[in-house]
Amino acid sequence: MSHPANPIEAIKDELKSAYDHNPNDAHDTHDHHHQDEETKVTLGFWIYLMSDCILFATIFATYGVLKDATAGGPNGRELFDLSFVAIETALLLLSSLTFGLSMISMQANKLKGVMGWLAVTGLLGLGFMGMELYEFNHLIHEGAGPDRSAFLSAFFTLVGTHGIHVTSGLVWMAIMFVHLSRRGLTSANRIRMMELSLFWHFLDIIWIGVFSIVYLMGAA
Amino acid sequence: MSSRVDQLHEDPLLRAIFGKLHIESIPWHDPIIMGAGAGMVIAAVAVLGLTTYFKQWKYVWSNWLTSVDHKKIGVMYIILALIMLLRGFADALMMRAQQAMASAGGEGFLPPDHFDQIFTAHGVIMIFFVAMPFVVGLMNVVMPLQIGARDVAFPYLNSLSFWLTASGAILINVSLVIGEFAHTGWLAYAPLSGIEFSPGVGVDYYLWALQIAGLGTLLSGVNLITTIFKMRAPGMTLMRMPIFTWTTLAANMLIVAAFPILTVCLAMLSLDRYLGMHFFTNEAGGNAMLYVNLIWAWGHPEVYILVLPAFGVFSEVVATYSRKRLFGYDGMVYATMCIALLSFIVWLHHFFTMGAGANVNAFFGITTMIISIPTGVKVFNWLFTMYRGRIKLDLPMMWTLGFIITFVIGGATGVLMAVPGADFVLHNSVFLIAHFHNVIIGGVLFGCFAALNYWFPKAFGFKLHVGLGKVSFWCWLIGFYVAFMPLYALGLMGMTRRLSHMNDPVWQVYLIVAAFGALLILAGILANIAQIVWSVVKRDELRDETGDPWDGRTLEWATSSPPPFYNFAVTPAIGNHDSFWDAKQLGQAYVQPEKYEPIHMPRNTATGLLIGLVSVPFGFALVWHIWWLALLGFVAMIVIAAVHTFNEDRDYYVQPDEIKAIEDARFALLKTQKEA
Repeated sequence: MSHPANPIEAIKDELKSAYDHNPNDAHDTHDHHHQDEETKVTLGFWIYLMSDCILFATIFATYGVLKDATAGGPNGRELFDLSFVAIETALLLLSSLTFGLSMISMQANKLKGVMGWLAVTGLLGLGFMGMELYEFNHLIHEGAGPDRSAFLSAFFTLVGTHGIHVTSGLVWMAIMFVHLSRRGLTSANRIRMMELSLFWHFLDIIWIGVFSIVYLMGAA
Repeated sequence: MSSRVDQLHEDPLLRAIFGKLHIESIPWHDPIIMGAGAGMVIAAVAVLGLTTYFKQWKYVWSNWLTSVDHKKIGVMYIILALIMLLRGFADALMMRAQQAMASAGGEGFLPPDHFDQIFTAHGVIMIFFVAMPFVVGLMNVVMPLQIGARDVAFPYLNSLSFWLTASGAILINVSLVIGEFAHTGWLAYAPLSGIEFSPGVGVDYYLWALQIAGLGTLLSGVNLITTIFKMRAPGMTLMRMPIFTWTTLAANMLIVAAFPILTVCLAMLSLDRYLGMHFFTNEAGGNAMLYVNLIWAWGHPEVYILVLPAFGVFSEVVATYSRKRLFGYDGMVYATMCIALLSFIVWLHHFFTMGAGANVNAFFGITTMIISIPTGVKVFNWLFTMYRGRIKLDLPMMWTLGFIITFVIGGATGVLMAVPGADFVLHNSVFLIAHFHNVIIGGVLFGCFAALNYWFPKAFGFKLHVGLGKVSFWCWLIGFYVAFMPLYALGLMGMTRRLSHMNDPVWQVYLIVAAFGALLILAGILANIAQIVWSVVKRDELRDETGDPWDGRTLEWATSSPPPFYNFAVTPAIGNHDSFWDAKQLGQAYVQPEKYEPIHMPRNTATGLLIGLVSVPFGFALVWHIWWLALLGFVAMIVIAAVHTFNEDRDYYVQPDEIKAIEDARFALLKTQKEA
């Protein structure tokens, strides 16, 4: 068998420079290591978010299939109170803004600002969850619980899955708070804040889908 | 038997403590189940006892249970797969025996209620707890070595993934003895799997075992994709990655894209069962066909999650043993990605008979046939790699040749059934059973055995015995044909799947032949076990000191066998996808560097193991409606995971002296090897 000229030889210079940026590189400084860790965690977290996106897409598709299967029970127009949902939506969107302000404080290395805005975000999230639970409770007492019809099963599951995600975000924020107060803006905590903010904004986007497809289209 | 799961505690306190669990939940009077259960308990006690007797707990704890080393985790995945293979195969033997005995009006030895659980358990175990862990294990052991990485991107997450998978497997095995397993078939179609028609705990075991294991699989998908994108050795562009790494990438992309659909589908079935919702019920607007669509929207990509890595194995093996560069590397890459994409638009061919209409069926029939084109490209690439190669018929190559022939037959019967008109005749017949065993045994399992023989010396430093390996290969190959060719014929004669009793003397002859084939496969499995045991006994004779027993081409062969925990003392530089081969030809392999740099490595952690262990009682409590325990387990898992985030001492640097000592020993060994 014939061999081409040494294939490594041809790209030797390229290799030398590639070696300097190798994630496995042994002699990187601590700062380098932090950057590598951040890109890895962020990519991994994005991939997780995309899988979560498919999870929601599946529930949206289910809702789309079942939204007219009311089995003689109430439909969206009879159940949804748009002004109530508008306040709910405003709370969540506002919480995205305050999380953004928390991230800006982090860029400016202001720990108090980070924690303050994070607390505001958490309160807005709690307000959102309170309203959602109130709505669920109200619907169940009206006899429009998730076991009433396939439409209501899909409605509760879609909105509830979003709600479970928001709740996990709130638990994460509580833990984040402890992390920040104990260690401040370390590189590990910066990475955590970065991913938590991605998660929180992602839930906002999902909610816009829920708001448009479930509430606006349902009440129309 | 089903009556026993309906036993409920009268006392509300007992019900609060034990939920639906009752002393009568254990089938004390069934000798088959009690025997199997006693066997499992004795085996577990024996393993624990031997570990204690030889005082190996410290070693097992620090080197295996809490390890975050991708090689160790991969090996544990494969051990799990091999153990579960025995359980899944025992189910297969019982089915073949029952059908052979009860096909001409005979009684057989299994009541229908038990037979239904057996075919369900067989499918679930073979796909989720044999094929999946085997394939994920291979990807774990091999892929980081192939790309020159020192571990995966998230080592602790990797350990968690494994222990969640193992917990799912434990839950399935618990269902054998306590309560029952689903009677529904491996995909638990609704409404049969709904609470109305399956009131027992069998479906609940199914749901929670798969949810727990599925979470592990999803996390492992995220992990391995990130590893491939972020941790390749310098110079290894995407188009220089070994094909196995490419197929690993494709399979994990499929995992990340498809498993959420399974999660949602099973969660909605759980909501129907636990909270009385109406996704898939017959009343209140439920839609059972939605379940079938969703489960196959995951299920078809799942088939490719299993077979693509096997294709990767064959690509590595065929190039190594033909001593030739792989023919059509680029074509292989594009074919892999093409199959990955197409796998998402064929799911409806699993239920052409649903009545979606001619146009819908035609669309899915055509997309299904199109998949055979990139698959055909692969087959020709393997053939052309062998053409004019210097083929060495070692065990992995024998499995590869067996695969090519068997898989082409299975593929052809698949294309046949892709014709909706033909499928209306063959749907749910044993022709279908023969087809998918043809591709899963011939494709995935043969791939796993090729990989086992090929990479075993890399993982353990000694080869597997060839003679016993050949016995195993021939028993499997011939056994497969004897067991499944009769099913093709029976399917054409009109025999449907999952029959526990029938009365047609003409069929019985075929079923007896098929049962004999299953016995041949049993001989193959026994030979596999003997091969591994004998090789361990004779490991000094089979030892490989070079780290490169097959004259390999890719990076995993460049390091020692077993590789040091840091894999590569110095990150290799890559100029080509066969760069290690090139380096050997140019005399540039095995050059010891003058000095070493510190290596950054992750520390072991018990967190993954703990969360996995807690998830077993958590799942068990959900199955039996023991709410306090479920809540406790759930909170415990969250707390353990949260506490872990406060541990920031997760990594360390291996110092150059330690590396130098290990590497000096390695190069001294290589030197004596060369002189000998």
